[in-house]
Amino acid sequence: MTKAFGISVAAAFSLAFGATGASAQISGDVVRIGVLADMSGIYSDLSGKGAVEAVKMAVEDFGGTVHGKKIDVVFADHLNKADVGAAKAREWFDTGGVDMINDLANSGVARAVAAVAKEKKRHIIVNGASNMGITNELCSPYAIHYAYDAYSLAHGTGKAVVDAGGKTWFFLTVDFAFGIGLEQQVSNVVRDNKGRVVGAARHPLGTTDFSSYILQAQASKAEIIGIASTGADAVNAIRAAAEFGATKNQKLAALLLWIEDVHALGLPAAQGLMLTNAWYWDMNDETRKFAQRFFDRVGKMPNMAQAADYSSTMFYLNAVKAAGTDDPDKVSAKMREMTVSDMFTKEGKVRVDGRFVHDMYLWQVKTPAESKKPWDYLKPVSTIPAAQAFQPLSESKCYLVPKN
Amino acid sequence: MEIFGVPLQALLGQIMLGLVNGSFYAVLSLGLAIIFGLLRIVNFAHGAFFMAGAFVAFMAGRYLGIGYWPALVIAPLVVGILGILFERFALRRIYRLDPLYGLLLTFGLVLVLEGGFRVAFGSSGQAYPTPPELRGAWNLGFMVLPIYRAFVIAIAVVACAVTWIVIEKTRIGAHLRAATEKSELTQAFGINVPILLTLTYGAGVALAGFAGVLAAPIQHVNPSMGSDLVIVVFAIVVIGGLGSLLGSAITGLGLGIVEGLTKVFYSEGSTTVVFLVMALVLLVRPAGLFGREET
Repeated sequence: MTKAFGISVAAAFSLAFGATGASAQISGDVVRIGVLADMSGIYSDLSGKGAVEAVKMAVEDFGGTVHGKKIDVVFADHLNKADVGAAKAREWFDTGGVDMINDLANSGVARAVAAVAKEKKRHIIVNGASNMGITNELCSPYAIHYAYDAYSLAHGTGKAVVDAGGKTWFFLTVDFAFGIGLEQQVSNVVRDNKGRVVGAARHPLGTTDFSSYILQAQASKAEIIGIASTGADAVNAIRAAAEFGATKNQKLAALLLWIEDVHALGLPAAQGLMLTNAWYWDMNDETRKFAQRFFDRVGKMPNMAQAADYSSTMFYLNAVKAAGTDDPDKVSAKMREMTVSDMFTKEGKVRVDGRFVHDMYLWQVKTPAESKKPWDYLKPVSTIPAAQAFQPLSESKCYLVPKN
Repeated sequence: MEIFGVPLQALLGQIMLGLVNGSFYAVLSLGLAIIFGLLRIVNFAHGAFFMAGAFVAFMAGRYLGIGYWPALVIAPLVVGILGILFERFALRRIYRLDPLYGLLLTFGLVLVLEGGFRVAFGSSGQAYPTPPELRGAWNLGFMVLPIYRAFVIAIAVVACAVTWIVIEKTRIGAHLRAATEKSELTQAFGINVPILLTLTYGAGVALAGFAGVLAAPIQHVNPSMGSDLVIVVFAIVVIGGLGSLLGSAITGLGLGIVEGLTKVFYSEGSTTVVFLVMALVLLVRPAGLFGREET
């Protein structure tokens, strides 16, 4: 009798606990992370398979479950089209049981998905895009802009070039949200430092022939040719500039270069270029360890967005764990309390507008003689402290920022 | 001196660059025009063969140490053989069907080739060095012209001329033209028509591969380099008149210049201007500039 009583009490207890656990904690009994990336297009080396693997690595390192529920990773190709990205996000949130979408390379796609996330009250973490809208007019409690943004690039590379005496600028700008936003931010920095923007040429995404634009840049007689594009576009622009002798009288400022771009250009063509990145694989033992594991899976070194994909996934899962639920509002509040210290950054913190603030770094591409091993491409120039690397909260247009 | 606010020097430079791009367009559209004119196949895979040409040159350099000059011969041959295999084992089966099937089949090949190269080499592209003999640039006063680009114009004009002569002035060209007009009658004269068609397809895509090698040092060798180009080249073939060789060569050069000028005056429109021209031409001359109306 007592024994049976004891068992039934224990059973009731565990049932009650288990039941509340399942219904109140984790929606759909699974935490599902969607990686929405460029899997096949011009940015697929920068995001793509590497982004998916980075998120998977984070889930594996986390242990694969949270509060006893499985953590699942799904991924999709947004084809660099905002409408495709938004439709996929909508589908994932509505019927796919996806709790958080990560990566989001391509500013146009990230903007569109940010609007969906706001409407559906689900999390997104932007690592692959730079557009300032994510933490300004499109901000929400659910959107976090993690790795970098146009402001940090402008105040990294842009400022360094202006400080070094580059006062007149001509921009080669990729003609969509990313390029135009970056051009604006750098133009602000140039004007604030008494420089002048003499013109800009807008080119379509995926331009292979930059000769016409380079000729225009040469005709402008600007001291600096600012390249407000990235990936294959920036690589082609830099090559064309060298081919047409633009680098003899003018200087190039590549505003967003990735480690893959340096790899594609080769050191003879890329040497001396300045670039702003949040992270580099050869910074310390921790980054090298992560990079080596990534390399073994993907076959190349990770870039800052992929490292951030890993770090931010871990951050999200830790927040779910700490909040005891995947309820978006509770996780959102938790993420704004916690700090991140891992191989990506130390003491990183999410602000009320969704901006993840951390140190950024200015790098210079090594000469072929300075490079000692494969993927040994960058040498540090300076650290841009977290407080200066991102748009001050007072300037944010986000409705969540308290007005005084 | 300025024209519409643009210095004359800059304008001359853009026209020069337009000629370089135009010469790519010309070589590519020539191959397309041959294939369409003789086989009635809308060869959507033309851009992919162009890309394959660049990649063959790149791989030959990286893995076999074969330089640019041998690659200029080897890559078109390899691409031509690929084309011949594709014609024999796939395209041949659908000659009797609606041309739409050919379009779909070749489009499928594009996806396979692009996907394959993307998996193998990534999307950022691979650098291909300019041959040492052609490095450097000439200062023309109004612009700096890289020697390699001047070379491209010259060799493209030669390639177009040779192709035109082969088709219009030689015996084999005459056989080809006869085979496409009246294939059974030509066969009755003891000419092997199926082999002629296979060789024609092979030659057409070899031209695309040739253009790919020419493009390799200018553009980054990357999987999407062909698909960016092929749509424009199709428009050129339509403007020039479907199947007209002279039409595609001249239109190719002309549109290169039009596109270059658009980049100066309104660069956002440079990708659409070709299609604007196409629409206008088709309104006035539905068969294209050099095309004959079929009866």
